[in-house]
Amino acid sequence: MENILRLAHQGIYCPAGDFYVDPWGAVEKAVITHAHADHARVGHKKYYAHPDCIPILHHRLGDIDSEPKAYGEEFQLGDARVSLHSAGHILGSAQVRIAVGDQVTVVTGDFKRTPDPTCAPFELVTCDTLITEATFSLPVYRWPNPKSVAEDIFTWWMNCRERRLNAVLCCYALGKAQRVMAELMRFTDESVVLHGAVLPITQIYRSQGVQMLEGRPVEEGENYAGQLVIAPPSAIGSPWIKRFGRHEAGFCSGWMRIRGNRRRRGYERGFVLSDHADWNELVNTIRESGAQKVMPTHGRTDSLVRYLREQDIDAEALETVFGESEE
Amino acid sequence: MKSFVELYTRLDRTNSTNAKLSAMREYFRKAEPACAAWAVNILSGRRQKRLLGPAQLREWLAESVGLPDWLVEQSYAHVGDLAETAALLHHTVKAASQDGSQYASVEVGLSAWMERLLLLRNLEEGEKRQWIQAQWQQSPLAEGFVKTKLLTGALRVGVSQTLVVKALAQEYDLPTAVIQRRLMGDWQPTAANYLDLIGPDDGRHDVSQPYPFCLAYPLEKDPATLGGAELWLAEWKWDGIRAQLIKRQGNIFLWSRGEELVMHSFPEIVQAAEALPDGVVIDGEILGWTFASDADAQQEMDEVCGKPLPFNQLQRRLGRKKVGPKLLGEVPVILQAYDQLESDGISMCGRPLLERRSGLQKTLSYAVSPHLRLSPALQGSWEYLAGLRHSSRERGVEGFMLKRLDSVYQAGRVKGDWWKWKVDPYTVDAVLLYAQAGHGRRSNLYTDYTFAVWEGEQLVPFAKAYSGLADSEIVELDRWIRKHTKERFGPVRSVEPVQVFELAFEGIALSKRHKSGVAVRFPRIQRWRKDKLVEQADSLTLVKSLVADNAL
Ligand SMILES: [Zn+2]
Repeated sequence: MENILRLAHQGIYCPAGDFYVDPWGAVEKAVITHAHADHARVGHKKYYAHPDCIPILHHRLGDIDSEPKAYGEEFQLGDARVSLHSAGHILGSAQVRIAVGDQVTVVTGDFKRTPDPTCAPFELVTCDTLITEATFSLPVYRWPNPKSVAEDIFTWWMNCRERRLNAVLCCYALGKAQRVMAELMRFTDESVVLHGAVLPITQIYRSQGVQMLEGRPVEEGENYAGQLVIAPPSAIGSPWIKRFGRHEAGFCSGWMRIRGNRRRRGYERGFVLSDHADWNELVNTIRESGAQKVMPTHGRTDSLVRYLREQDIDAEALETVFGESEE
Repeated sequence: MKSFVELYTRLDRTNSTNAKLSAMREYFRKAEPACAAWAVNILSGRRQKRLLGPAQLREWLAESVGLPDWLVEQSYAHVGDLAETAALLHHTVKAASQDGSQYASVEVGLSAWMERLLLLRNLEEGEKRQWIQAQWQQSPLAEGFVKTKLLTGALRVGVSQTLVVKALAQEYDLPTAVIQRRLMGDWQPTAANYLDLIGPDDGRHDVSQPYPFCLAYPLEKDPATLGGAELWLAEWKWDGIRAQLIKRQGNIFLWSRGEELVMHSFPEIVQAAEALPDGVVIDGEILGWTFASDADAQQEMDEVCGKPLPFNQLQRRLGRKKVGPKLLGEVPVILQAYDQLESDGISMCGRPLLERRSGLQKTLSYAVSPHLRLSPALQGSWEYLAGLRHSSRERGVEGFMLKRLDSVYQAGRVKGDWWKWKVDPYTVDAVLLYAQAGHGRRSNLYTDYTFAVWEGEQLVPFAKAYSGLADSEIVELDRWIRKHTKERFGPVRSVEPVQVFELAFEGIALSKRHKSGVAVRFPRIQRWRKDKLVEQADSLTLVKSLVADNAL
């Protein structure tokens, strides 16, 4: 980290290349891992990102100066050789590999290794220093097979329909919602009802060739019963939800692994579907990367750091502002 | 076990009463009687034996998953439930070891499982450990969770005994009161007992069997809306232990409302009951009591003749095998009799209250004992009663009970015939001093609070409270607590003394066990007083003056 990247006021900075990775303050050159709000912020002069990420960036941030970089395409910034590699997190998400001299540092951004039909699979990149996310870094977090989770969602939907209830499924609007719609294609070709926050992003996904169930906007005056409604979590308890009358609410998130999390938030159903790495994925990725130094960023960094040190891996937490708005 | 785990999962996934009822009915329809008996026992929240302590389980858990102790501890602190933590950690380790996703657990019925658990105590430490670790390693997620919960004796699934009774009553077409009565007392989960439980109603029951208690709702409107006061019986609402005194075939039983036999704790009441005629059941309240001197008794305007001791005194009599002479002298007890449910071995529950009360009066006349008395009936207009109610505090009661004179004795909480007409609670403005994370569903939030009042320049802790805040306020306060923590002591955080809350409580008494010198009863948060500065919180002097108000 001392060599290739360091923590500056605006974010994680590379002095050799004079650029930042996912900076939170406004900078000249920003390499962006993915389009979630805590990683891609407004105000930079130039955005480097994967081609699939850029339309989402434009949708979220408006008119920005962006330069697409394919996975594996090496480009030079100052003295640094930079390349993006698939992170498996959401469409167009990337890890950033930075080589200066013979030293290699990788910033994972958010990543996962469980299969996801909406994006390219995670690519393992070896390095000397690994800056990894640590959102779910306790061993109680292990993800079930996403196919069986999708089946649970479908069964729940059908079960709600039998009772003439709508099934309102809360998902983050970017990534999770589309993943659910893609996974559900195994079971049905019916359309689902989409909240206004989910609709435009779904259209972007579709225009990039992602196969998903049809999504239709909410129509004023329509009477909904037995439908699957996909909405962001903020919709729960808002006046918007009232139009669906009697319904059950479910939440799709890694946090739903813990029973208390679901009950506290008042959801009838929790579906354990995460776009982040679970404990085993974190530990395996760190091992397989061959890194001599590991720096966990957002999440429960303290437990991961201590665990790694006890495994004789040099680890140190890196305080960032990521992960405050997601999952 | 699979079908019980499935039942648990279904109950856990819904907040709808109907969905819970149909899940239980479906289970009972298919289950073996021996298993159904255990399900009734567990679902109705009967205390299960805790077979192993949490400290031991944690140690074995860490060893079984091969993770460092501290990481298991952190996981447990995060999840808030040991059984859930055990199941989740094993699930993770199983995936990491990549030995396939097949579980080797052999299907056993719920009753076989419970019986096996009871045999655990005969095993040696090392054998127990091996057996439990093998169970963890062989069980799929939900099954591992339920099995461990049964081991620690704390499976809660959000159904009450009332709901279990309702499900059985619907499924087997029996009146709920019959099932409730059959379940009362020391019901043992055996196949035979389960078959009796759901068998046709033939009116038979065993000699110790109490009746389900009739309970009241709080009155939230003007009593005048209940009609003429002459239609009602008013009694003081005593704050003790609700109990049923039974004498049948020469045997005496004293049941608490918690369905425990408490004869050992209250020998003077049992002794007094010797003189009662056979075949009677009396509903009443056990109270610690200060007997009035003769001179005082002369001046008493009503028939109370003394005054209850604070509840914390009565508590000293509980949970003992034998009560020594010292305690018998310090905390004498009485049974204030409310009602008679059985006379000459025949149920009186269907007769009107007026008739039951006159029967009760006659029954009590056989027992000439200061420990057994008739709870006085208070008569007069609503205005008179409203005035009299103001003296509740100094009498050490919580207000009135109102019962319709023509009402029958019903099972459980019923609206309309019985009402609690309570006095307003005490309130005190206190300062939040410490916070601790909750358990179960609140394990990631600071929800357990300690409050303090002023003593000079010092804040003295005097009450703990959990409930009373809206969910959104709990979240807001949790965030505030995290940002304004002064120190941490294990799971407890001390916070900057800034936030003022109005606390309400039902009773107050002097206590040597508490640093503040007072103990309060049923404390809860009434309101978050964001409008108040910390200096405006109340003082210990004021709190103690409430004791005086409540004193002998
Ligand atoms: Zn993300």
